[in-house]
Amino acid sequence: MGALTVMIRKASKVSIFRYLLVATIGLVFSSSMAVAVEVGDAEKGKKIFAKCKSCHMVGDGAKNRVGPHLNKIFGRSAAGIDGFKYSKAMLRAGADGLTWSPEKLDLYIENPKSLVTGTRMNFRGIKNKDDRQNLLAYLRGFSASPRDIPESAPTATRSDPEIDSAILAIEGDPDYGAYLSSECTTCHQASGSDEGIPSITGWPNEDFVIAMHAYKGKARPHPVMQMIAGRLSNDEIASLAVYFNSLAE
Amino acid sequence: MSNKYTRRTVLAGAATAAAVLSAPTVMASGKPRVVVIGGGAGGATAARYIAKDSKGAIDVTLIEPTRKYYTCFFSNLYLGGFREYESIGHSYGGLAASFGVNVVHDWAVDIDRSAKTVALAGGGSVGYDRLVLSPGIDFVDGAVPGWDVTSQNKMPHAYKAGSQSQLLKAQLDGMREGGTIVVLPPPNPYRCPPGPYERISMMAHSMKMNNPTAKILVFDPKEKFSKMGLFQEAWEKHYPGMIEWVGGEFGQISEVRPNTMEVNLDGEIIKADVCNVIPAMKAGIIAEKAGLTNDTGWCDIVPATMQSRADENIHVLGDATNNGDMPKSGYSANSQAKAAAMAIRAALTGSKAFAPKFSNTCWSLVATDDGIKVGASYEATDEKIAKVDGFISQTGEKADLRKQTYEESIGWYAGITTDMFG
Repeated sequence: MGALTVMIRKASKVSIFRYLLVATIGLVFSSSMAVAVEVGDAEKGKKIFAKCKSCHMVGDGAKNRVGPHLNKIFGRSAAGIDGFKYSKAMLRAGADGLTWSPEKLDLYIENPKSLVTGTRMNFRGIKNKDDRQNLLAYLRGFSASPRDIPESAPTATRSDPEIDSAILAIEGDPDYGAYLSSECTTCHQASGSDEGIPSITGWPNEDFVIAMHAYKGKARPHPVMQMIAGRLSNDEIASLAVYFNSLAE
Repeated sequence: MSNKYTRRTVLAGAATAAAVLSAPTVMASGKPRVVVIGGGAGGATAARYIAKDSKGAIDVTLIEPTRKYYTCFFSNLYLGGFREYESIGHSYGGLAASFGVNVVHDWAVDIDRSAKTVALAGGGSVGYDRLVLSPGIDFVDGAVPGWDVTSQNKMPHAYKAGSQSQLLKAQLDGMREGGTIVVLPPPNPYRCPPGPYERISMMAHSMKMNNPTAKILVFDPKEKFSKMGLFQEAWEKHYPGMIEWVGGEFGQISEVRPNTMEVNLDGEIIKADVCNVIPAMKAGIIAEKAGLTNDTGWCDIVPATMQSRADENIHVLGDATNNGDMPKSGYSANSQAKAAAMAIRAALTGSKAFAPKFSNTCWSLVATDDGIKVGASYEATDEKIAKVDGFISQTGEKADLRKQTYEESIGWYAGITTDMFG
């Protein structure tokens, strides 16, 4: 099934105007938009799943191991399996409303920390988009009704999950970060306290930057953080990252 | 003169210091002086940030009458039994010891704007180059007919935390079985828009635990209030039949009679066992005395720096301001204080000033592990502090999100009080 078919099927439910808009965007950005809607190759995905197998099981009789089993992962709330010992960060993400849609899984598999800083999933991520799509296609086979998995509407992809390497390369100014930090310290303590509000000190700069951009692009669900990050510039985020990293004990 | 330090000479030295304080023009320190009136979310934050970031280049004096500050935020949780009284109390020791703030426990009674001095109730005065005025609120005289501060021990307002909060809690805890609580919320604008409604929720929680046949009657002059849908949903869910809210025209009372514990609602006399009167508000009285208020009783400010529109040497913070879109909250005052601190340092020491970023979030607890929130970000425009973006909790949210929101508020409380007091 091609991307365009999916788009047209989706578009039939919405207005003609939206259809035209989507079609236009689809033509212009077809290569990148396809990621959000195109179903990958499950056979290839099965081979990629070998990377995941040491921690995750999927299929008949799958149990929780180091990581939770992945049956019916689509549509499941983050930290959604009762009894599995998730990280505090994953529990928070779940309570904030993070649900494993295809886009969120794609983001998470690309770099687990971009979505859930502090996750126990100690995996550096799969950078190749096709590999991720193939893996997701494989995992879809283990959700109850793969046919019914809501395809993401093309317009739902709010930003490219990949952060431009130029953004990651920005060198932050710790003094500027110290000034900007006063907006953060109303809630997050410079001491690194983690009660109720997550600690943000001592993170590697890159983790901090991708996390803030994930809030800014609304990939992460927390409304306060979406609002705060939403108006921070790339330079400001880089400066905050350097400053809070320097506060580690 | 003897070189020996006797008790007498030490005392004499202290007296000289006091004399210098009362005659600031004699002071020879040469450092720029900032005086902060009011040690709440605005004033304490401003004092701490100016002292901390100027690294001793600015003399900071904080004038605050109470030796221990009880936060209004979370005082409702104390009423509901979720917080111990002492857990909302904070001393000024850290500001003095760790940041070198000169903490003066006295009332600032007047400001001489041409001489740039602040008169203290205990005698003497303190001079300033820049003044930070964060006086909080006072009540409008006659706003609730029949009520004034002499009746606050019968009908407490509990809208300045401290002994008033303790009194209201004692009255609630000691109320007869099946008694009637009357709450009279204020008209807009007022400190902490969700405050009265969080309080009603906390009262209901306490009654549900200890006095389940009690009733809460609310007569509100407003048609609607902050997070209204969320509160009403919570009241129906957690305290069905316990709370009756009447708003708008029908919520206007004619008078209260503290001696007989009665409320006159347009001729109908309601007998109250506990009556919480929250009158209409204005900026703390010293702002008015200093001629810094507009005709509505609040202080107009320059958004980017929080300077008074009436006096560029005075920065007004928090509840006392008429700032545009920011609500009167501890979070707002804390946020504004940082903008003011930066502007003051820039003016007095030439340090760099960046564009201020303002933000606010108000969390409210409506029942055990059931927290809600509303918040927004703001920017300074020429005429006001203008809202940029915002969010609010939704009705029907899942229990784990509500619990997390409550836990987040506890984290925020620890964060902001550390930000204020060090």
